[in-house]
Amino acid sequence: MPKRNDIHKILVIGSGPIIIGQAAEFDYSGTQACLALREEGYETVLVNSNPATIMTDTEIADHVYIEPLTVAAVSRIIRKEYPDAILPTLGGQIGLNLAVALSKTGILDELGIELLGTKLASIDEAEDREKFKELMNRLGEPVPASQTVSTIDEALAFAKQIGYPVIVRPAFTMGGTGGGICANEKELQAIAKNGLELSPATQCLIEKSIAGYKEVEFEVMRDAADNVMVVCCMENFDPVGIHTGDSIVFAPNQTLTDREYQLLRDCALKLIRALKIEGGCNVQLALDPNSYHYDVIEVNPRVSRSSALASKATGYPIAKMAAKIAVGLTLDEIKNPVTKTTYAEFEPALDYVVCKIPRWPFDKFTHADRQLGSQMKATGEVMAIGRTAEEALQKAVRSLEIDQHDLFSAEAHTASDDQLQNKLIHAQDDRLFYLAEAFRRGYTLDQVHNFTKINHYFLDIVKHLVELETALKEKPSDVNTLAVAKKYGFSDTTIATLWQTTADDVRAIRKAKQILPTYKMIDTCAAEFASTTPYFYSSYDHENESQRTKKPSILVIGSGPIRIGQGVEFDYATVHSVKAIQRAGYEAIVMNSNPETVSTDFSVSDKLYFEPLTLEDVLNVIDLEQPVGVIVQFGGQTAINLAAGLAAHGVKILGTTVKDLDAAEDREAFDKVINDLQLKQPRGLTATNHQDVIKAAAEIGYPVLVRPSYVLGGKAMEIVYNQDELGQYLKQNATVTADHPILIDAYLEGKECEVDAICDGHDVLLPGIMEHIEHAGVHSGDSMAVYPPQHFDQQVKQQIVDATKKLAVALKCVGIMNIQFIVHDHEVYVLEVNPRASRTVPFLSKITGIEMAQVATRVILGQSLKEQGYQDGLYPEPAMIHVKAPVFSFNKLADVDAYLGPEMKSTGEVMGSDRTYEKALDKAFAGAHIQVPNYGRVLFTIEENDQEVTLPIVRRFAKIGYQVLTTPATAAFLKAHGIHVATTVHNVDEINQLLKAGKIDLVVNTMRHDYQQGSTGFQIRQDAIAQNVPLMTALDTVRALLQVKESQSFAAVTIE
Amino acid sequence: MKRYLILEDGTVYPGEGFGADTLTVGEVVFTTGMVGYQEAITDQSYANQILVFTNPLIGNYGINSEDNETLQPQIKGVICHQVARVPSNWRMTEALPSFLTKHHIPGIQGIDTRELVQKIRQHGTLRGTITDSAANVSKVVEELKQAIPTKGIISKVSTKQAYVNPGLQRNVVVIDFGMKTSILRELNKRDCNVTVLPANVTARQVMDLHPDGVLLSNGPGDPSEMTSAAAMVAKIEQQVPVFGICMGHQVFALANGAKTYKMKFGHRGFNHPVRDLATSKIAFTSQNHGFAVDPSSIVDSDLRITHIEINDGTVEGLVHIKYPAFSVQFHPDAAPGPHDAAALFDKFMKMIDDHKEVQTYAEA
Repeated sequence: MPKRNDIHKILVIGSGPIIIGQAAEFDYSGTQACLALREEGYETVLVNSNPATIMTDTEIADHVYIEPLTVAAVSRIIRKEYPDAILPTLGGQIGLNLAVALSKTGILDELGIELLGTKLASIDEAEDREKFKELMNRLGEPVPASQTVSTIDEALAFAKQIGYPVIVRPAFTMGGTGGGICANEKELQAIAKNGLELSPATQCLIEKSIAGYKEVEFEVMRDAADNVMVVCCMENFDPVGIHTGDSIVFAPNQTLTDREYQLLRDCALKLIRALKIEGGCNVQLALDPNSYHYDVIEVNPRVSRSSALASKATGYPIAKMAAKIAVGLTLDEIKNPVTKTTYAEFEPALDYVVCKIPRWPFDKFTHADRQLGSQMKATGEVMAIGRTAEEALQKAVRSLEIDQHDLFSAEAHTASDDQLQNKLIHAQDDRLFYLAEAFRRGYTLDQVHNFTKINHYFLDIVKHLVELETALKEKPSDVNTLAVAKKYGFSDTTIATLWQTTADDVRAIRKAKQILPTYKMIDTCAAEFASTTPYFYSSYDHENESQRTKKPSILVIGSGPIRIGQGVEFDYATVHSVKAIQRAGYEAIVMNSNPETVSTDFSVSDKLYFEPLTLEDVLNVIDLEQPVGVIVQFGGQTAINLAAGLAAHGVKILGTTVKDLDAAEDREAFDKVINDLQLKQPRGLTATNHQDVIKAAAEIGYPVLVRPSYVLGGKAMEIVYNQDELGQYLKQNATVTADHPILIDAYLEGKECEVDAICDGHDVLLPGIMEHIEHAGVHSGDSMAVYPPQHFDQQVKQQIVDATKKLAVALKCVGIMNIQFIVHDHEVYVLEVNPRASRTVPFLSKITGIEMAQVATRVILGQSLKEQGYQDGLYPEPAMIHVKAPVFSFNKLADVDAYLGPEMKSTGEVMGSDRTYEKALDKAFAGAHIQVPNYGRVLFTIEENDQEVTLPIVRRFAKIGYQVLTTPATAAFLKAHGIHVATTVHNVDEINQLLKAGKIDLVVNTMRHDYQQGSTGFQIRQDAIAQNVPLMTALDTVRALLQVKESQSFAAVTIE
Repeated sequence: MKRYLILEDGTVYPGEGFGADTLTVGEVVFTTGMVGYQEAITDQSYANQILVFTNPLIGNYGINSEDNETLQPQIKGVICHQVARVPSNWRMTEALPSFLTKHHIPGIQGIDTRELVQKIRQHGTLRGTITDSAANVSKVVEELKQAIPTKGIISKVSTKQAYVNPGLQRNVVVIDFGMKTSILRELNKRDCNVTVLPANVTARQVMDLHPDGVLLSNGPGDPSEMTSAAAMVAKIEQQVPVFGICMGHQVFALANGAKTYKMKFGHRGFNHPVRDLATSKIAFTSQNHGFAVDPSSIVDSDLRITHIEINDGTVEGLVHIKYPAFSVQFHPDAAPGPHDAAALFDKFMKMIDDHKEVQTYAEA
């Protein structure tokens, strides 16, 4: 069927900010879709609130809007652009929900706009629990019996009817808190009671438990001619019970016989046909490991996280094909873009094993509940490819960026047997390491299976690795054992540890004995058809397929899995760097381990190596490719951390040299630079014991910022206001402080700001200064920020520009760097320098039009700023105002304190742009889904010493029609200042009741120092998040909101 | 145990033996199926062939007693990258290596199967041997070059005696060219009363059973050797509905004057998209064939092409314009592979019923 000619202009809805459960995969799929639509000649309009995306680049769509994904904002765009159709199936759940909401307002009917891909009725049938059940009944496909209950009696009655075990899923609790599996009436009674109490809606879903079943996912496609196909079948290592996004997953399916596979394949195809989806669809099935019985768990009538994984695992670009299908093309007329000789109607055949492991945020959220269950908690994932399952698993482990090179964990090794068994039964993010430990202690496959219900085949992969570990240990320097170990994915580092030597030694032995990796191509067809896909993975096999070309090449190191502090922004920069490299006439080679990203789309670079980002893996690729050099500035801390090792092995790091990178990161060297340049920085001291810390703090003067010297991203960083708090801090971080010195810095009150500067060694270009809205105690990644700055005068800006120029030149930066400043009493102090691209690069690039990563890459390749047509200094400021707002995923994670501090907690960001500061702020709040009505009730729960500063804020709220709720102490204070307090709340329960009843529209909570779980401040914050009531913990954010609200209110002033 | 795969072009692949430790010679072919190694290994169409699995891991779920496609596998060897150490499945009765040992089938693992597949893709199917020694390769190569592993193979794999697989509905005769059990399963599902006859039966012998329909099964080897079977089919197709599968399809083509040719490396796997030209619908089909029907030889015949493989245009289905007879190159019986084309058996049933009806009226 030819493509449709009755539609010309198509609106594509993006997925908004990155949150847990919705990460970079939708940037990848959205980008692919937009490009595919343009390729077919359609005019495309794109809307997304997330600036840190490739899809919002102006070359991806004809008209790009970075606007909140709200009905109001998108309706405005629709009325302006008047598209013929909307493609809603590529923007994740957010995109789909928005399309449904738009349709409900009637605007689509009114303007005659069609929904492409999946019809509304199908979305409804797949998404609505009851309708889905009906559909499954009609099709004769089984689903686990379930019912929503509001009382314990109802729960018990239903369980009696369907039989135990049952799962209790409380509605709308944070991270699925309060749920659980019940084996009998007694357990159900207890869990249902707790679940109902915790549920804001006092509802629980009681479901027949199929925990322990094999969890199998199918990525299927269908076109308008009813052609259907399976792109990929994936099987979870972890059986049903753990969210698939939190499961280790293998592809292709590993333990299914043909009969089982075809049974499930038939079901998946039946479902996509019944839902009449035109595009991609994800079907999750559960198969009884002891019979042919299966259940349908879920159908996602859209492109999903799993489809991104399936695309990368097979090479088959699902989103691209889905977009083409949406405009009427059929699978048998679209060429397979991988082979270019076959058609898209082709079920990929894999000749390798793929392993995905989720990346969890528990390294940052140390207090969070780490138990895995039905609520996804991972922020990102890694994928690894090997010719053996063991190899794929080990490569995935070392891709995780959690300091693990293998399955050995010291913590697991020192656990008691009881602890070990507990860890096996109650899966947490680290279960894999406990599995290995169990085999190390001689547990049998049966024993471990009984604890975990994991299939023996999968368990043996782990056991095999433990056996190889022993073999290595017993035979140091044995070449045969080494060769075998490499086939099963052991890293040189691990082998070195077991042999008590160095990784370099192992590497030398390997090279001497010609034990070298080969690189295999991913071609969708297991080599049946000739293919030239530039997509490779390593394995220790016989034939190497990746040939070095004659063209000089440059290797770009990606940023690995999405995690707190290292989000999609770095992938954005990586992709842009690749473009600049290609335009400069080089071959651009990318290495990365993250399947969700645009950079791991093989069509982006000249060559893609899907590999772990460790020194060994990178050096191996360099040995083969012999690139001119390596660029590490755009892959975040992952890439920067590799620089020193690479340089030590004689690899040329392009741009800022390793020595100069060190100068920015080494405190002493940096202090010297600051002094030499006569710049200011907050006074700082280092102390190695508790006593000296206290002395240093006193010398500097409170408040001080304390942190251990070695950690990144603000971990264990805190602002303390007096000696008591410092003592408290030292007590809590005793283990951290024992071996490492503590840094104590003066904490200056003031406006924080940051710049990203591009330097060619001589000239320094500052695309812009970003002013942070929150005070310096809030991590820059968690701060709202505005460009251009709203509160800096010319003199301050000049100081910033001068300091930046001096620092860039003195630190011999060639390429890009990021500097954080604080403006204290009109004086600019340097807080921090990062000799790499920062997370603000995409934001500033979009709004200034300077493709910063590309400009920086050209500088790195030797083209000066002047040659590129840029002037030295600050780039002229535009007329529009742009506000960046962070987005958090607190509602997915139990026991993470939502109080903003020096540790970064946000998972994503949105941008709001408009002609005034207030309007831009308003859009940023809307984009971040902070929706406060124009009048209503604000709860103030504040620290006693915040009362004075809060007073004007409360007054302003009162003036424009908000009622004030507060605690007795604050109420007394406010009353004394003539402010009417509508309600005085006395305890947490009272507050929670009001929240539940919808009687609070905004919670302002600054109870900062009682962040311990169970404390009042913590509890109020948790309750606000659970009830989805906007929460602000920094008064600066409240002021920004007030400014918006004031600008929207009319004066209500009496005549004097 | 260290073993070697030696190909007729002189390439030697060292690997580790599993299964039987016998010496074997066969035509080396590959399948891209990611599941169903048991069905493939027991598929008699692989008789005297050594099968390479492109999926890097086989044996994961062991072997069960239900999924065999024959009781006596005829395959000459199994080549793979890795065999699972600990298979697991609720129906498993034994592990793959022990099954192979029992059936005297050698296997070799640790082979760079991707490299091997690319070689076959470039050079076409190669003869090969799995042996204990890599000494004297040139002599081995000479012997391989002389070998015609699949010559006369059907007479060896076909049943020697007729037998009945009873049912209560239509009388169907199956001509066994090396039949997969799954064909019988499909006929059983439809309650056919099946009589399986050897490959060398005459038309007379077939018609003496008064069948309602005749199914020509799959089988190994070169269809051009099947002249007497083709002659048989030329006679019966005039009298009774005929359905050919794989080898049966090729014999049906030959019976009507078409020609077959040896493909460079064949179609083996089950992701081959096949278009039904009448409906334009595409099905993913299970395939195992090294020969195909030459479309140019059909032009002047009474056959019409009904199905093609969408990527290389291979003839995948034929229909007779005068008689109720049709055939497909792929396996609608799947096993291993997708069930997308299973309805062809229903089509055959309907053809039988329609034919009966016509006859009834003709007689009346």
